[in-house]
Amino acid sequence: MPVISYIQAVTQALREEMQRDEKVFVLGEDVGKRGGVFRATDGLYDEFGADRVLDTPLAESAIAGVGIGAAMYGMRPVAEMQFADFIMPAVNQIISEAAKIRYRSNNDWSCPITIRAPYGGGVHGALYHSQSVEAVFANQPGLKIVMPSTPYDVKGLLKAAVRDPDPVLFFEHKRAYRLIKGEVPEEDYTLPIGKADIKREGSDITVITYGLAVHFALQAADKLAEEGIDVHILDLRTVYPLDREAIIEAASKTGKVLLVSEDNKEGGIISEVSAIISENCLFELDAPVQRLAGPDVPAMPYSPTMEKYFMINPDKVEKAMRELAEF
Amino acid sequence: MGVEKINMPQLGESVTEGTISTWLVQVGDKVNKYDPIAEVMTDKVNAEVPSSFTGVIKELVAQEGDTIAVGELMCYIEVEGGGSADVAEEPAKNEPAVEEPAAEEKNDQKIKEQKQEQHENKDKTMKKRYSPAVMRLAQENDIDLDQVEGTGKGGRITRKDVEKVIATGGTQAKQSQETVQEAPAQSSEPAPSPAQPTSASSNIKTQAGDKEIPVTGVRKAIAQNMVKSKTEIPHAWMMVEVDVTGLVEYRNTLKDKFKAEEGYSLTFFSFFVKAVAQALKEYPQLNSTWAGDKIIQRKAINLNIAVAKEDQLFVPVIKDADDKSIKGIAKDITDLAMKARNGKLTSADMEGGTFTVNNTGSFGSVQSMGVINHPQAAILQVESIVKKPVIKDGMFAARDMVNLCLSLDHRVLDGLVAGNFLARVKEILENTNKDNTPIY
Repeated sequence: MPVISYIQAVTQALREEMQRDEKVFVLGEDVGKRGGVFRATDGLYDEFGADRVLDTPLAESAIAGVGIGAAMYGMRPVAEMQFADFIMPAVNQIISEAAKIRYRSNNDWSCPITIRAPYGGGVHGALYHSQSVEAVFANQPGLKIVMPSTPYDVKGLLKAAVRDPDPVLFFEHKRAYRLIKGEVPEEDYTLPIGKADIKREGSDITVITYGLAVHFALQAADKLAEEGIDVHILDLRTVYPLDREAIIEAASKTGKVLLVSEDNKEGGIISEVSAIISENCLFELDAPVQRLAGPDVPAMPYSPTMEKYFMINPDKVEKAMRELAEF
Repeated sequence: MGVEKINMPQLGESVTEGTISTWLVQVGDKVNKYDPIAEVMTDKVNAEVPSSFTGVIKELVAQEGDTIAVGELMCYIEVEGGGSADVAEEPAKNEPAVEEPAAEEKNDQKIKEQKQEQHENKDKTMKKRYSPAVMRLAQENDIDLDQVEGTGKGGRITRKDVEKVIATGGTQAKQSQETVQEAPAQSSEPAPSPAQPTSASSNIKTQAGDKEIPVTGVRKAIAQNMVKSKTEIPHAWMMVEVDVTGLVEYRNTLKDKFKAEEGYSLTFFSFFVKAVAQALKEYPQLNSTWAGDKIIQRKAINLNIAVAKEDQLFVPVIKDADDKSIKGIAKDITDLAMKARNGKLTSADMEGGTFTVNNTGSFGSVQSMGVINHPQAAILQVESIVKKPVIKDGMFAARDMVNLCLSLDHRVLDGLVAGNFLARVKEILENTNKDNTPIY
């Protein structure tokens, strides 16, 4: 099985879906000739032409709006927000229109759009190039939010997102793009949206997380394994709606749960995970549910020292894991 | 002069590594800060890497064509003043090399000692803080958490600790542990579950010369049952006096022959037991049990009799006493008493009693207030038969008199029915003679 990077998995999934279905097309800023600022759509313009790889104006509400309209007319658009931070002008389109149209039209209309956006920090991107925005959308029934951690999951889930009959937000960690590599089958496959995945089996503590933090947790777990601490890691993969069953099972497995997210702590995805655990697992819990997340400040700082302080990393995850294991 | 490191810089948002395409400097070249030192190719950009310092290139660590992760070493540069890189490292390498391991060892030793110390006076503040999981597991598996060693913070018992205990067969049951701690039990009787009342006076002080006798086995069971009976059952009491002159006469004419033929004694008590069994058939109210919201009237008439042995008291059962002749009852009494004295009573011998007849007369008692054998409704005490002058047919006469004392559960029984019952027993006994009372 070839080893490819996270972003190559994105490109591969897009190419295969465009080859498979003529209705699939890509639109966004610089996605065409330039191949995207991260090169996610590299080569697609040459292969599929300007009609299916659309360079748009710098207007996110238009990107989302055009995509939503096309989707409602039966197309399968994949819209790219150049950075997740830029999605804000499109929030009205996404929440008020895309998320609600099936419900509002009594099932007559639907909106099978996929909106891709690179999120996350630790790349000296500062305020407008580092944010995690999933929590903004994570209480909007009608939306699905996918945040994969590995190239394998990227390909399988992005394909599933394109084929999903309803709107899917697909957030890719920009630092993972070239940092994370992994084996990805060349053949066509999809992975179920809404299903979490056990990335490591363990019996001492449970870590539930998603995105790049999964790798931090895996690295920390390897270190702790040398000390005899056995870590169970659940990768949410889909952060909305959450895979309640998998969360309950993982939490019950060890009774000691650490939730990790790069996003600001208050009101994040992991807060909801914590609520699910406390609703269902009281008599399994052996320690208070712990959260490790970014501080509640408005944005990722630019100063390297402060960015380092803001970002979670394997050391911070390891420390939190050890404390929980020792409790 | 000092040495500084130049590392691969972050060259773009998603860039994690770069490939050195060309070195723009060579070892010995003097460079100024911000002068380009190498061309680097990444996925996104081709960029020149600037020098972070002014100085002389000392060593190119990476070769052209090498791919290096962001933050990793590219080259060393010699700078004016003290550098932060090798200066400290290099001279340090040789000199303390010999001493280092020793120092480390010492440190290790110290740490070990510290750990040891920590282990010894380990913080136990969390020992009794149980998590929901620990509580649930302990309850479901009957684990005594006092016996579980906690490996968590502050001696906390973790879920894993409990799971380990369960996997290895759980803790010793609390009850059996208590038995073990106390003096060896004197009887093989099953120890009753410990209850509060019996140990209530444990703070009584002893004085010199006092002897302490541990309460175990049967003594403990007796104590518990008595407390239970006296605290739970509202006792009422009544007594009748019975003229058993005829019975005594009858029995005395039979006893030697009986003993010779049967091999055991025909006791007075057998006659009393028979009379009680007969009367209970007619007054089943006394053969019953208080059960909270109902009264259970027993069909079987199984009579407990009290058999004393040193400091122990047993109440074995004559099963279906109403089915048996006086001889049969006499035989049962003999068997049960023998078994009790030899410690051979089985739990089958002790079970199923519905009413108790107590031969207090054997100790010479003439009057006593029995404690009901919980959960029965009444107990009858048969006192000593005493020859007394009584008025009979307007004249003094020497008669064999006996008191029958009845304690009754006033929740179940009232004076009237109890009185009628006693009157009936009295009637049967007073009419016992060779003409109307066969013993076989």
